[in-house]
Amino acid sequence: MNTQSNTYTFLYASIMVVLVAAVLSFAALQLKPRQTRNIEIEKKQDILKAVNIASTPKDAEELYNQFIVQSFIVNSKGDITSEDKDATFAVDLKIENKKKLEERKLPVFIFKKEGIGEKMIIPIRGRGMWGPIWGFVSMEQDGKTIYGATFGNKGETPGLGAEISKPEFQKPFSGKQIFDETGKFTSLALVKGGGAVGHPHEFDAVSGGTVTSKGLEAMLRENLSSYEMYLKSSK
Amino acid sequence: MSDKEPLFSAKNRKLLKNPLSSDNPITVQVLGICSALAVTAKLEPAVVMSLSVMAVTAFANVIISLLRNTIPSRIRIIVQLVVVAALVIVVDQVLKAFAYEVSKQLSVFVGLIITNCIIMGRLEAFALGNKPWPAFLDGIGNGAGYGVILIIVAFFRELLGSGAIYGFQVVPKAFYDMGYQNNGLIILPPMALITVGIIIWVQRSRDKSLIESN
Repeated sequence: MNTQSNTYTFLYASIMVVLVAAVLSFAALQLKPRQTRNIEIEKKQDILKAVNIASTPKDAEELYNQFIVQSFIVNSKGDITSEDKDATFAVDLKIENKKKLEERKLPVFIFKKEGIGEKMIIPIRGRGMWGPIWGFVSMEQDGKTIYGATFGNKGETPGLGAEISKPEFQKPFSGKQIFDETGKFTSLALVKGGGAVGHPHEFDAVSGGTVTSKGLEAMLRENLSSYEMYLKSSK
Repeated sequence: MSDKEPLFSAKNRKLLKNPLSSDNPITVQVLGICSALAVTAKLEPAVVMSLSVMAVTAFANVIISLLRNTIPSRIRIIVQLVVVAALVIVVDQVLKAFAYEVSKQLSVFVGLIITNCIIMGRLEAFALGNKPWPAFLDGIGNGAGYGVILIIVAFFRELLGSGAIYGFQVVPKAFYDMGYQNNGLIILPPMALITVGIIIWVQRSRDKSLIESN
């Protein structure tokens, strides 16, 4: 056979592509369940991280079931619409954030542990420089003080934007206030230059990660504001 | 090559051994440097990356070697790329399913195995002209040669940079109390380049035949 002819080359390429596609789809389908589980476990770890509970992939499930005593969905008016644990966990913010405020499903996870007390954990999601950023914010029972926060990113620049996923960046969020004294929703404002340390309504931007920091600011404002009514009612 | 040639004949053993020393892909051929710098801050990702590259080079070599008489030479690079890309995607998916933490650390570098020059280099230089078994050995050998350097570099970087080996703290707390500090600089990629440079220096001063004559 002439392996240099055009027909042969075209046939060869077509058959190869179809074969490779089949092999890859098969592999992807076979491995999907395990991958989904890994992502679920990671989410549980993240939720626990928002209340400063460190976990490993092995014990995340157990700790989650032990300390997350309640999870439910609220709407923008602050009413609970569903108390189904699995449904709450499965809410995808990527879809919810595109909906109108009134139609959004807003998940809340209640954490309870002796010595720490009860906290509300709220998931957030937004856009960084290169891709999605997300996180979980835990609130004190007064509904206005942040207890802890954790942020993740898909592809922010390492050393710059990706610093938002480091504990050193996340720690100062503890104690910040998202409502001012008169009870107005203020969220947190980004400030450059570290003056924000200790200020109740401001956080320090990442040097060299301006776009990511702004994305983080917008993410906090957008997501937390939809919980405004719920947080106010829980006071 | 006769069919009766033993599986590990002297020639085949050389295919395995040479890439580990006198024909090392990183220190002698100077291929695959970029990923060597990126994944060697800790031992664990370095080991996983080595195993992944070894698997990909070995199987890509075998597949290309099996197909070598059928591949139309005008599209042979594309065929090689498709084979390598498919294997890398499989490796990536397997890591996501069975070693999720590690796959997060390696993130883009698994995908970048596709562009690792070692793989394409071996396919062009060896697999296209040799039988599957020697091609397999050549792939394992080169993957291992890449891996050995990665692991040596990662060992020093993790020890000096984090005071740990494979995630276990080895520098005792008493040292830190006395004022010892981890070297933050060695965690950064440039120090990996310098470490590789030192390895090349040591290797060349021991094996004079590697030094080019002008």
